[in-house]
Amino acid sequence: MPTLVDTTANVIDVTTDVGLPLTGNEVPDTPALEEEPERERELVFELRDLEVKYSGHTAVREVDLDIAAQEITAFIGPSGCGKTTVLRCLNRMHDLTPGAEVIGQVNYHGESLYGSKVDAAEVRRRIGMVFQKPNPFPKTIFDNVAYGPKLNGRKRSEMSDIVEHALTRAALWDEVKDKLKNSGLSLSGGQQQRLCIARALAVEPDVVLMDEPCSALDPIATARIEDLMEELKSEFTIVIVTHNMQQAARTSDRTAFFTAEVDDQGKRVGRLVEYDVTEKLFTAPADARTEGYITGRFG
Amino acid sequence: MPPPGGPQLTTPRPRSRRRKISNVVATGVIALTFLIALVPLVFLVIYVVQQGSKVISWSFLTDDLPFVDRLPGGGMGPAVVGTLLITGAAALMAIPLGVLGGIYLNEYGGTRPLARLIRFLAEVMTGVPSIVMGLFIYTLVVLNTKEKTGFAGALALACLMLPIVIRTTDQMLSLVPGELREGSYALGSRRVRTIRTVVLPNAAAGIVSGALIAVARAAGETAPLLFTIGIVRETNTSLFHGQNTALSVQIFSNATSPFVPAQDRAWGAALTLIVIVFVFTIMARLVTAFFARRQAA
Repeated sequence: MPTLVDTTANVIDVTTDVGLPLTGNEVPDTPALEEEPERERELVFELRDLEVKYSGHTAVREVDLDIAAQEITAFIGPSGCGKTTVLRCLNRMHDLTPGAEVIGQVNYHGESLYGSKVDAAEVRRRIGMVFQKPNPFPKTIFDNVAYGPKLNGRKRSEMSDIVEHALTRAALWDEVKDKLKNSGLSLSGGQQQRLCIARALAVEPDVVLMDEPCSALDPIATARIEDLMEELKSEFTIVIVTHNMQQAARTSDRTAFFTAEVDDQGKRVGRLVEYDVTEKLFTAPADARTEGYITGRFG
Repeated sequence: MPPPGGPQLTTPRPRSRRRKISNVVATGVIALTFLIALVPLVFLVIYVVQQGSKVISWSFLTDDLPFVDRLPGGGMGPAVVGTLLITGAAALMAIPLGVLGGIYLNEYGGTRPLARLIRFLAEVMTGVPSIVMGLFIYTLVVLNTKEKTGFAGALALACLMLPIVIRTTDQMLSLVPGELREGSYALGSRRVRTIRTVVLPNAAAGIVSGALIAVARAAGETAPLLFTIGIVRETNTSLFHGQNTALSVQIFSNATSPFVPAQDRAWGAALTLIVIVFVFTIMARLVTAFFARRQAA
């Protein structure tokens, strides 16, 4: 067995505590997709031959994948396989990383995200992001949520409705409605992450990108965020990066499996191995590498 | 190597005794060095308070200096006004420039050659003796305008403060977690907005206290003022016309005077200056605590 198996085994021990044990033949139901596989999918992202370099070194290459609206798409794979790197291409977050270079095509609703006239700030207003570590601003809970709407020039009079709506959708309103003036940092880790989700939702984005949103949270907080994703799915397109295969299996409609391979120059480069309906990828993977990775969790 | 018969949690006796002794000795040495370091400080404060309190009074703080050094009485009014005026003007010039410079270095410059050069120069400038700053302004400003003014002194003090403010701002901004910047950018915020609404408020405590410490440092400086502001015995509230004076300069000139009344006035001026610097330092602490509490609340 490769060492990957051992590392993922730990993750599974934690998540089984959530009360959603997954055995070998148990897969979350995604009946809608299974019953009508020919349903017309509205594509939000089309990635073609995507490659990302950091200071000249390729981190991930040859990524082709389509992400559909109102679906949860999960990126899974071992550390260093480039899943976060690909996610950060989707809202031009790499613009902020010195030395990062995005090559290839990323289309968003048919329009190139990296076109010369595209404004990255405008892109990020439509495509929100939730980070691995909860990162509320050191401001009040209210101001955290109001930050994005203020940027978009929403009026002050609308603000309390916007904040309440966003916090409600993030399933946090009941817990914080009496302490909106408290600092966002006074909340627990799970609450902070939901605050960050509320902050992202407050700008009414089209897509929400989640970069391992539960990796810093305990199983109960993780379960709440997963429930939340399921509810948000009807309104938003969600792309989630996760280390946790069971989280991908539980929550996502489609899953992309990435892995890192050593190229001819001896450098580790991430690649997309397989992308399919989640149920199919987890029960009947087409690629032996996918199978090796996911069966590792079953011992 | 595991000891036989299960884990042994107590250390063997002889080593334990040696550790106890060395612990006591080390603690004693540390306490002693601390006390030794405290002696000059405590002695200085007590002595200045003792000597200065003889002459200090409200009129000492407001009255003009006597016509000649040997006369008793009079006050340090012109020097108090001069110190506040000159230091204030220096702060007004150095703090905005320094904070903007620090923002450039950390938020825009990064590791670019220009930013590296500026960072290096700021570091070098911090180490330049303050009298060199005075000479620089003397040759550049005083010799050209043919007049010693409070403004020339303020320029010299600003030169002294600028690198301190640049460096603390740069350092404080670099402590702001990158995740906060990313969080702001991810909501569609642009750089200027992110700096203004997320980065600066987060670093404000450090920047403000750094600036106040720079002010306190400048308020006590003598050398940059010696040949830039001249000396007067009456209050001059104009920065740009006529010579001025400051507490530090008055301490220097009165303390070196052979007349006892002048020496007393020097002690009084020293106490006044210490109190002013102390107030600035306390303010720096309060500002830091205020921001820290506001963030944690």
